[in-house]
Amino acid sequence: MEYKLTFKEFNKALKKGRLLGLKCRDCDKFTCPPKMACQECGSTNLDTAELGGSGKIVTFTVSYVPSEGRDAEVPYTIVMVELDEGPWLMGNLTDMDPNRVTMDIVGRRVQLGSRSKVLPGDAYSIGGKEAEGGFARPTFIFA
Amino acid sequence: MRKVAVVGTGHTPFTFASEKSSVELFSEAAMDAINESNLKPKDMQALYVGNVLGDFSEGQAMVQSYCADDIGAFHIPATRFEGACASSTLAIRDAFIWVASGFYDVVLAGGVETAAKMGTPLATRTFAMAHDSHYEYPVGLTFPGFFAMLAHLYSSKYGVPLQRLKEQMALVSVQSHRYGVHNRVAQFRKEITVEDALTSFMVCSPLQLYDCCPFSDGAAAVVLASEEKAKQLTDRPVFITGIGQSSSGKLSSQKDYAPRIRAREVSVKQAYDMAGIKPEDVDICELHDCFSIASIIAAESLGFAEYGKGGELWEKGEAKVGGRIPINVSGGLKSKGHPIGATGASQVYEVVHQIRGQVEPERQVEGVKIGLTDTLGGDGVLCNIVLQKGW
Repeated sequence: MEYKLTFKEFNKALKKGRLLGLKCRDCDKFTCPPKMACQECGSTNLDTAELGGSGKIVTFTVSYVPSEGRDAEVPYTIVMVELDEGPWLMGNLTDMDPNRVTMDIVGRRVQLGSRSKVLPGDAYSIGGKEAEGGFARPTFIFA
Repeated sequence: MRKVAVVGTGHTPFTFASEKSSVELFSEAAMDAINESNLKPKDMQALYVGNVLGDFSEGQAMVQSYCADDIGAFHIPATRFEGACASSTLAIRDAFIWVASGFYDVVLAGGVETAAKMGTPLATRTFAMAHDSHYEYPVGLTFPGFFAMLAHLYSSKYGVPLQRLKEQMALVSVQSHRYGVHNRVAQFRKEITVEDALTSFMVCSPLQLYDCCPFSDGAAAVVLASEEKAKQLTDRPVFITGIGQSSSGKLSSQKDYAPRIRAREVSVKQAYDMAGIKPEDVDICELHDCFSIASIIAAESLGFAEYGKGGELWEKGEAKVGGRIPINVSGGLKSKGHPIGATGASQVYEVVHQIRGQVEPERQVEGVKIGLTDTLGGDGVLCNIVLQKGW
């Protein structure tokens, strides 16, 4: 069975600030990031759909210890956003100094920025054709 | 299905960067397990080895085959299990199934890792390979980052103020270090205070250094045998009476349950049901405390505390030796160390030794008959084993 919405397509759109996902014909719920089967009911009866990119922060962390090759990024803020359509999407919060981020951001509304930051990839991940041009990072700003 | 017993155990010290190779470390643990079982390497009918990152730490893939050859168990089927930090629990679970089924009578299972050798940047990178590489790693997710997000979620979802949660988390680490002092195989053998924990440097908010387990090198192994075979070998068999395993997707896919790890609840129910026991029947538990918050979350899903109240086990001293449910009195991953491919086998080793009454007196729990292990790999592999005194 062919994959309805691949990482390659999702990634290409996200780099331009468009968030793609899947809408289930059986339960009407959304899946994002995409998968073979509906996140909610497991159906493969899915259509590609564009999501609004708005939601609220459910949790977060500010990271101070980098992975190999990512020293220049720290500190940075990772947020988990509950999108208005239901799915959770992990991204970066870019319009607040990471050193000022506290629990107060939980519940705040955010919106996907017009362009996403991109991770070029590294020795372990750069070979894949699906990630040509790098990995888009969902990049959120306060709404 | 036949009954299956642990008849031999081996465990190297867990350490900072080792001067031994993965094959050497595993062979040491394996030979100790085989010698204790009163068998010979040639009696091993199969070898199951947990190993995650040998490809990166030593440029060594397929370590299982070299381990079999190294100990003189020539040409036996040898299989590597990769389930991130739960790898060797998966290896032991499968070894159990093959012996229980009657296909084999004796299987050697365990695991090895040399993660400390890699140094922090490469180890952080390769551990993060057990997250979703396309959808969650690019934003900068690392292992402490994952549990840091669960900690903030725990605080907001259960209404436990962050300051109180951090104090509970500190108590988890303080207890682990207190017991690690007495464990001869532990990586850290020093006590810490709540103040040490709360003033250590920030790794991923709200997790500070002492909320995090170390990178470690080491190996552990066990010999499993059928009941009939075990009777010929030992008068003190420890039976595996329950097993469970489950899986789950990336963190965003776990939205309906987080900060609970649903896979743990599915897995441990399998193990409890198979053994015919309930959480209150467990005398000792070794659970997956890769981070202090992980202990609190695990204790709840294993049935030892209500959701949102796991930290009270440590506040009230219920997780200590002599408490209601002694947890990680080995020092846990935090103090004993966490060579990821070996961790599950190390937990089984600890529980077997507790049941036999063979651990250091300062951390021996009296009268242990039933023990539980709990191992979490990445964000999605869960494996539980119930062990019971067989004499």
